[in-house]
Order: sequence, then structure tokens, then C-alpha cells
Amino acid sequence: MSAPAVRVVLVDDHHLFRAGVRSELGGHVEVLGEASDVGGAVALIDGTAPEVVLLDVHLPGGGGRAVIEAVKQSRPEVRFLALSVSDAPEDVISVIRAGARGYVTKTISGAELIDAVRRVAAGDAVFSPRLAGFVLDAFATMPAVAGPPARFDPELDQLSPREREVLRHIARGYTYKEIARDLSISTKTVESHVSAVLRKLQLSTRHQLTRWATERRLI
Amino acid sequence: MSPGRAGRDHGGITRINDLDPPAPEAGAPPWSAAGGPSWWWHGPSRQRHSHWGWRHRGGRRPLRRSREDRLVAGVAGGLARRLGVDVTVVRVGLVLLALFSGFGAAGYVLAWLLLPVEGEPGTIAGRALGDRRGLALALAAVPFLVVLAVVASASGVGYVATFAWPMVLAGAGLILVYRNEEEGERARLRLAVTSFTEIGSPGRRSRRSLVARVALGLVLLAVGAGLLSVGHPSRGALGLLGGALLILGSFVVLFGPWWLRLARDLVTERNARIRAEERADMAAQVHDSVLQTLALIQRNAAAPQKVAQLARAQERELRSWLFDGVAPGSPGATEPATLAAGVALIERDVEAAHGVAVDAVTVGDCPLDDDLRALLAAAREAAVNAAKWSGAATVSLYAEVEPGAVSVFVRDRGAGFDPSAVGPDRRGLAESVVGRMTRHGGTAVVRSVPGRGTEVEVTVARHPARS
Repeated sequence: MSAPAVRVVLVDDHHLFRAGVRSELGGHVEVLGEASDVGGAVALIDGTAPEVVLLDVHLPGGGGRAVIEAVKQSRPEVRFLALSVSDAPEDVISVIRAGARGYVTKTISGAELIDAVRRVAAGDAVFSPRLAGFVLDAFATMPAVAGPPARFDPELDQLSPREREVLRHIARGYTYKEIARDLSISTKTVESHVSAVLRKLQLSTRHQLTRWATERRLI
Repeated sequence: MSPGRAGRDHGGITRINDLDPPAPEAGAPPWSAAGGPSWWWHGPSRQRHSHWGWRHRGGRRPLRRSREDRLVAGVAGGLARRLGVDVTVVRVGLVLLALFSGFGAAGYVLAWLLLPVEGEPGTIAGRALGDRRGLALALAAVPFLVVLAVVASASGVGYVATFAWPMVLAGAGLILVYRNEEEGERARLRLAVTSFTEIGSPGRRSRRSLVARVALGLVLLAVGAGLLSVGHPSRGALGLLGGALLILGSFVVLFGPWWLRLARDLVTERNARIRAEERADMAAQVHDSVLQTLALIQRNAAAPQKVAQLARAQERELRSWLFDGVAPGSPGATEPATLAAGVALIERDVEAAHGVAVDAVTVGDCPLDDDLRALLAAAREAAVNAAKWSGAATVSLYAEVEPGAVSVFVRDRGAGFDPSAVGPDRRGLAESVVGRMTRHGGTAVVRSVPGRGTEVEVTVARHPARS
């Protein structure tokens, strides 16, 4: 890709990990700076206006969620990609609901990470297989009767069959391109399905979502 | 102030003997055969190398002051364990003994001096022997005792004298205990004494209430003692009983709040200690297994695949321990009870046996029945196949529980093959995956394109009634 390098900020409290990511991202993105806690991250993002922030879920001073919430007002155009060793659903779901546009685990390969950063910079959502599994699980364990029916919004609180199909493919380990081929749709359509799922995930008022996340712990 | 830590370092005082009590031997002093508590010297006495301890008969556990069950020094806890009775019974016995003869208290202090704490070799008495100043201070109690005895005989109150003996003995013993106890214990004693004076809310009111309480207690004590000692013969037993009750009441008034506070502090202290021990245990377990893996990784630095395998195995072990409470090193469940557990087991086994990464995602969960076990067996076979033959570094494993059916997808991005070109001699996939699923009323679909990888999808219907 000959597009200009994406401007990125790294936020992680582990120095070793930041150094590793920085060397992996290499010349493919432009790393504007690093921060190791919530306060430093907010100042750095305000000062450098990056396109994408690679954000650790667990941070001293309030966690990745606090960074997103602090920056949301001042720099709404900044996009966040959550990067974590934690597979605990409550961590993942909470950082996504705060506004992150994707979640990947720290064991992701360098090439995949670069791809994910570019996709988030372009406004797409990035789902790891595990996150896709979480979302399917959260939206599946849904007796539609729970909660007051008036507050149930099918637009937001349910996945369409197509979205479900796309998520299942992600969970099975397919890339967007492979999904497009398998479902005979364009990659753009796959991307828009995933973005729609992300929006539902962030906006749905279903209280089950949060409860589900706290109740369930996947290994 | 952890009592577990104290006791190893006594500030470089070399006179303390850290040896364990020697086993009974032929050269033991003859009185030890009597079975009662006895003490002995051993080693060259000129070096003041001494050891004090209990001798005891038979193979029972030695009498030790308890670390866990203790209000003051753990004597009651130790006795209770030795005798096999409840510690409360022993405590009540000791208190009654102290109230009615006074020698209960003295005996307690003596036991405090002479009994080692659990897990430590030395006794306080052993240390006290070298404490000249402490011994002098303790001896200074003797003139006090004499004065008391004289006063008692002069006033004709024999009662005071009988109580004075054990009390002075206990006081002298306490001096030695305090001077020779370890710093942590000494701080505990100080805390206990200061808390006695700091009962109630802070400020002037508390001081006033303390004074009032002490005054009331002393009045009760004096009246009670008076009733006991100069009771009219005409009033007889009633006077004695009233006196005893009044003295008891005075103790409650004087010491009640202190006891309550002390008991509360002890509970807090014990809880804190248990928590600290749990944390230490956890750190030890985690560090041990992680450090071992790191060592293995260093030794295998030249073999990247082995390194990745080690790291993943360690990661999984750590996760299952942190989130599921499975202790590291434990074999783990080999007979999974649910689908998710079965998938996790496949992930673990295939990674360990074939050195590929397995990314498992499970949506939903349900208990296993025979059909689902067959499904898992087929999925395992497919995963092993992918790990062995595809050449891919990662195998994706996705299991989904739906209301009507359970499916597992096993996918790799490896070499792939042409399913129609597989010869009849290659029975592996056909028999162990497809055949197995058909026998259990399920389906197996193999999708593979040379160069793009393989996906095996196995599905079986659910029988909610049976599971």
C-alpha cells in the first residue's frame, strides 16, 4: 500500500511490549509517541492528534476506557484499537462500548497488527476471532422477553442473519477477504457488516450485554 | 509484624540455642523418665549453650504454644491441641484456675516462658537466662512479695497472701517474657496494653469514662474482697458467693472492653495473616512455573517453534489458574463435562503434542452427551490432522452451541488438498471424522482447496431431553 503512513500513538504500561510493537510496526506506520498511563496518554493524544491509538485495556490510572472517555470530547476523530492480553469478556466489552473500534490480542502477528491499524484508520472495525465469539455469545443468549419490551430495539439489540454469518466466519478464523469470497459479497460489504455490529455493540441498551460480559469468563 | 518471620534473627545474640530438642537418649537425666515436664542442659555449659524444653512421653506431638489459636500467648491453643479438646474449654479452665487460686495466672506465665512457639526451637526462658538485667528486675519482685506477706499477716487477711504469691510470680515472669520476646511479639504486647487505656471514643470524655470505669471496678473489687475475707460467719456461704460475684463483676467492668478490643484485633490480625499467606503461596506457585518456562525458553532459543509452544503452554496454564483456579502443575480435567471444557482440552492437547498454535473460540456451552463426545472426538481428529499435515502454524477451532445443534469448525490455512482425489487407502479423515459423525446422526463436511487450506465442519443435533 502506498498510502501515507498512519500516525499512531502507543499506550501500554509495559515498556518491553511498547518497544516490541514499535519495532514490529517499523516503517509501516509513523509512531508519534508512547505513553504508559492514563494521564500521559491523554496529554500525548491531545498534543499529537494521532489517527489511531493502540490502547492497552489495563492501564494505571483507570484503564484504557478512561483514556477513550477523556479524549472523546476534545478529539472525537481519534480512533482506538484495543490491544490486550486479557481475554476477560468484561474487559473487552467495556473498552469496545467506551468507543474502541476494535480489539486484538497481544499475540497478534506484526503483519496482522499493521493491517488492523490501517483498517481502523480507514474507519473500519477490527474484530479478532475471540471478540467475534463474544459478540455472538452476547447476542445469542438473548431471550427477547427479558427486560421491558418497550426498551428492546430490534435495530440495535439483534444481529441480522448476515451479520451473524460474517461474525461466525471471523470466529472461524477467516479474513475479510476470505469471508467475502465464501459469502459471494464484496470485501466492502463485509466491512460494513462488521461496522454495523460494532455500532450495535456500542449503542445497544440491552442490559444483558453488560451482565453477560461480567458473568462469563472465557479461557 | 508477621510472627512467621520473627524468630530467625534475634539481633545476633548468639547465646540463643537454635537446635531442635534432642531425641530422648540413654544419657538423658533420670528425671526425664518420670514423664512430667522436665528440662535439661546440654552442650558445654560454660558457653552458656543451653536448651530449655519439655520432655514428653511417647510419640505424641510435643507441647507447643499455638500460633493460630491464641488470645495471649497461645498456651491454651497448644494445650487444647495436645489434649484433643476444644480450645474454649481449656481457656475457661485456665480463667477459672486463675480466678480461684491465682496459680492459674502464674502457671500461664510459666508456660509462656518455658514452651517454644510452634515451628521454633527456642524458648523465652532460654533467652531470659542470659538477660541479666531482666533477671535482676524479676528478682526485685521478691522484696515486694515480702512486704505484701508482712502486710497480709499483720492485717490478718490470709487471703491477700495466697493471691500475692502467684501474682508476684506471674509479674516477674511477665517482665522476663516482655524483655526476651521477639520484637513482633513485644509490639503486640505493647498494643494490648495501650489499647487497654484507649478504650472508647477519643478525647476528654473517654478519659473521664475510663476513670469512672476504673473507679467503679475498684470499688466493686474492694467490696467483693471485703465480703470474702471478713465475711460474717452468720452470713456464711451467701457472703462468699456475693463476694466472688462482685470480684468477677469488677473484672468485667475493668477488663471487659479491653478483652473485646483485644479479641477484635486478634481476629483482624489473623485474617490479615491468612491473606498474606495466600498471597505468598500464589506468588510462589506462579513464579515457580513461570520461571521454569523462562529457563526452558532460554535453553530452546534456537528453536522458535519450541519457544512458541512453551510460551503458549505457560500462558494457558497461567490463565486457567488465574481465571479458573486450576493450580499450575495439576493434571487438569481429562474427562471434560461440558463442550467448552472439551474444546479447551483439544486446544491444550493438540498444541502440546504437535507444536502448532490452536485458536479456540466457543460460543455457548452445554453438558456433554454421547453424541457430543463423538463430535469432540471428530473435531480432535480433524485438528490433529491439520496440525500434522497442513503445514500451517495456526489451527482455528470454533465451536458453537445453538438451540437445535452443535457445530465445530476446524480450519487451517495450510497446504490443502483435493478432497475428490483422496485415495481409498487414506482412511483417516473419512473414517474417524465422517464415519464417526454419520454413526451419531451428525454430518461432516470437508472443504479444502489446494494452497488455501482446509476446513472441517462437524455438526450434531442436540437432545436437550437427554442431556
